[in-house]
Amino acid sequence: MKELQDLARKLLTEGTVQVVIGYEEGPRTARPAFITDPEKAGNLIFDKRCVQNLASYLNPRRKQIVSLGKAAVVVKGCDARAVAGLLRENQILRENIVIIAVRCGGVLTDPESNAELTTETTSARCGNCDVREPKLFDYLIGELPPAPPVNPKRAEQIAALEKMTAAERWAFWSQELSRCIRCHACREACPMCFCVQCTAEKSTPLWIDPSATPRANRAWQTMRVLHQAGRCVDCLECERACPEHIPLGLLARYIADSVEKRFDYKTCDDPSVVAPMGIYRTDDDEEFIR
Amino acid sequence: MSDDVERGTSTATSSAWSPKIVAFVCNWCTYTGADLAGTSRLKMDPNVRVIRLTCSSRVNPLFIIKAFERGADGVVVSGCHTGDCHYSTGNYYARRRFAILHDLLDFMGVATDRVTFSWVSASEGNKWQELVNETTHRVKALGPFHEFQDMTQKGGECQ
Repeated sequence: MKELQDLARKLLTEGTVQVVIGYEEGPRTARPAFITDPEKAGNLIFDKRCVQNLASYLNPRRKQIVSLGKAAVVVKGCDARAVAGLLRENQILRENIVIIAVRCGGVLTDPESNAELTTETTSARCGNCDVREPKLFDYLIGELPPAPPVNPKRAEQIAALEKMTAAERWAFWSQELSRCIRCHACREACPMCFCVQCTAEKSTPLWIDPSATPRANRAWQTMRVLHQAGRCVDCLECERACPEHIPLGLLARYIADSVEKRFDYKTCDDPSVVAPMGIYRTDDDEEFIR
Repeated sequence: MSDDVERGTSTATSSAWSPKIVAFVCNWCTYTGADLAGTSRLKMDPNVRVIRLTCSSRVNPLFIIKAFERGADGVVVSGCHTGDCHYSTGNYYARRRFAILHDLLDFMGVATDRVTFSWVSASEGNKWQELVNETTHRVKALGPFHEFQDMTQKGGECQ
């Protein structure tokens, strides 16, 4: 923790960056912090409650943060994948950001609980994580903690859904999506939702009804998940941000698996890997085409 | 055809029900192929409404969602065979998108038989005829897509 604070202080004092985006102690749990004053660098923390994906603050559509100046961002492995994703899709320039990667020992599903990491409390994103020591960084800090326990819940849920009939899956998603209030928190928390104007806000034509009706909710989530195909970095922030606890991580994971199976692409923190939906192979699978 | 049927809000109990299928086809191959089927006077089920687009890669997945929202019971998406795209590579990109869309619709509970992807070239009038008849047959077997339509009618409620 002192290593992180000292580094942030040094970067701000030297003027390398104007803002350090990291985590600080909030009223309920760890929260994102935007440190512009070197004297406040001591507020920075990093532990298992630091769940937010801070790469979403690098997003160029967040003009209020861009206006703070050049940023250093504290990333876990999953967040580093998001930074790589933004670089891959030319949303940010590598020279305009400083990446402070932290070796990560897993985070909680519910950071407010501040519980021990167990198979129930660990976030599903941490299961078999291969980027606990990120490879995309300017500074890599901390000691590598032991691997977190694997939370099997999401894989079990996906397997159960795959066993169901189409009608049962329809009923399941109708039930889950009926709670959606269209607050768009899933979009706001997502580091890879970087459109300047979202399709959900286009009114001519009105692609997606802005009201929270079952059909509009279904159209909204279908579109959001499709746009994340080959982009999703599996940080599970959509699911965590959802005030209605809709299992959006199931959709995200299913599509990520489908992309991996079909196009041999797995989300990674290497920005030189090409985004799979922007390329093709002449021998791509077409078993579904008649 | 009553007003209700025209708007696609017919119910499963209606004996006069016949599926409404929307086909998004590319201008260069499938539309021309469908035209050939027509001028060759091939007999086809009258359930498919054709919408001509420049390329199969013009098909936004939202077109398909919108078609279901507006009362379609089935959707066909068809373009040039791979390698034959008028724009060289359009259908290769489209194929990747359709693959993911196919998987997602399935995972979200839309019967995969309701959405048919196909390649039909300008000379394949017969293939178009078969595609139309087969698709109509399959969608008929599934019945009206009342899940989507009920959801549309009831607005704020679920199921």
